[in-house]
Amino acid sequence: MTSETIQRDYSLVGRDTKRAEEIGLAAAQWYSCPISRKELKELMKRSDGPALRNTALWFAALFLSGLGGFYFWGSWWAVPFFAVYGILYGSGSDSRWHECSHGTAFKTRWMNDVVYQIACFMILREPTVWRWSHTRHHTDTTIVGRDPEIAVPRPPDILGILLNLFAIKSSYAAMKKLIIHASGRLTEEEKTYIPEMERGKVFWIARLYLAIFAGVAIWCFAIGSILPAMFIGLPTLYGAFFVILFGLTQHAGLDEDVLDHRLNSRTVYMNPLYRFLYMNMNYHVEHHMFPMVPYHALPKLHAAIKADCPTPYNGLREAYAEIIPTLLRQVREPGYFVKRQLPNPEKAVPYNHGTQFVSAAPAE
Amino acid sequence: MNTTTAARWIEACEADAIDEEDVMRFDHDGHTYAIYRSPDDEYFATDGLCTHEQIHLADGLVMDHIIECPKHNGRFDYRTGQAKGAPVCVNLKTYPVKLDGGKVFLGLA
Repeated sequence: MTSETIQRDYSLVGRDTKRAEEIGLAAAQWYSCPISRKELKELMKRSDGPALRNTALWFAALFLSGLGGFYFWGSWWAVPFFAVYGILYGSGSDSRWHECSHGTAFKTRWMNDVVYQIACFMILREPTVWRWSHTRHHTDTTIVGRDPEIAVPRPPDILGILLNLFAIKSSYAAMKKLIIHASGRLTEEEKTYIPEMERGKVFWIARLYLAIFAGVAIWCFAIGSILPAMFIGLPTLYGAFFVILFGLTQHAGLDEDVLDHRLNSRTVYMNPLYRFLYMNMNYHVEHHMFPMVPYHALPKLHAAIKADCPTPYNGLREAYAEIIPTLLRQVREPGYFVKRQLPNPEKAVPYNHGTQFVSAAPAE
Repeated sequence: MNTTTAARWIEACEADAIDEEDVMRFDHDGHTYAIYRSPDDEYFATDGLCTHEQIHLADGLVMDHIIECPKHNGRFDYRTGQAKGAPVCVNLKTYPVKLDGGKVFLGLA
């Protein structure tokens, strides 16, 4: 679907922020698929077992692949080992900081917090900043001017996306933010979603991150090798591929400013290996609609509500067959988006039908 | 059970309408409340909306004496209303509750 548009303002302190608030898109009521309280309660139940096994496997694979990389360092045999280590470190950390930020991975609170802190460092996402930005992302998912985590603002920055296959643009931005935060400041946008009481933590953690990176750099210079950085720091870059591959399927190319996660999120079927790496975030409609359901219960939640959801994508290939041409078209036509087909659309969204407030008249 | 004195008692629900370790929404006079039944079979009541972003707590998860908001994982001790950390910073207001004839009554000022 395409519509006549004006340029959107994706900042959190701009024109579209005010408009979103004025027309009721901020902190609004969202559509929720019908599911019984009893069934949802069962799905929301916490357990340490699945995440303990998942985390043990993740750390074991990190250790073994890292050991292989260390042993073969200096030969080409080190490449596959560091490739695996990098993907586990740079991409595997993405789903882990995310799930632990919701407090749903483990039942035990401190376990969520420990894995959260480790994974945040691995993916270079400051823990306090991202906890609050992700909170806003769930309140106002792809609401322009409100959501700080819109991965692909329109028109899409294709070069930026390609650079982020190795986390180049995102890490550059993250390092700039670290320096700002380490100096005791926040950006104007961050001030809109990080409360005063949390800001001290932001500054101290930024200083800690910078100290760790400085330590690794000094270590590399001291021994005349980049080997320490191959284990700490660089994997955020060389292992980032799956962050983008998986992450773009979540919302890219879909509608904005709609109060229905079925219209702005994708559920994509994936193989068990990918689902391990991604902690079932391929069930993204389900995750957004019921964020308190732990990752291990998302397949069951999917089965429970799928009759009221659009048809899921049968694999990454099918998802990208839609995403790539959509993003390329949005470069020329920012108003274009993929309109998901809802089952029983006439009664599927009884309220909050979604407001395309930049549209003049939708047209095919 | 939180049964301090109240100016008036409002019948909220049947006592067995709430499962153990669960919560129910109760609306009265334009205000929404959450009524809890703890694992040790005691009843409590708080304001019904999370102090973070006005989400109905009755859609959340009760774990022991904690209610977790369904939207952002904000956690409160529903016995005292105490906020247990980010993203919730403001405590919940609590209300007295009493049982009478198999029904739960909410005490309002």
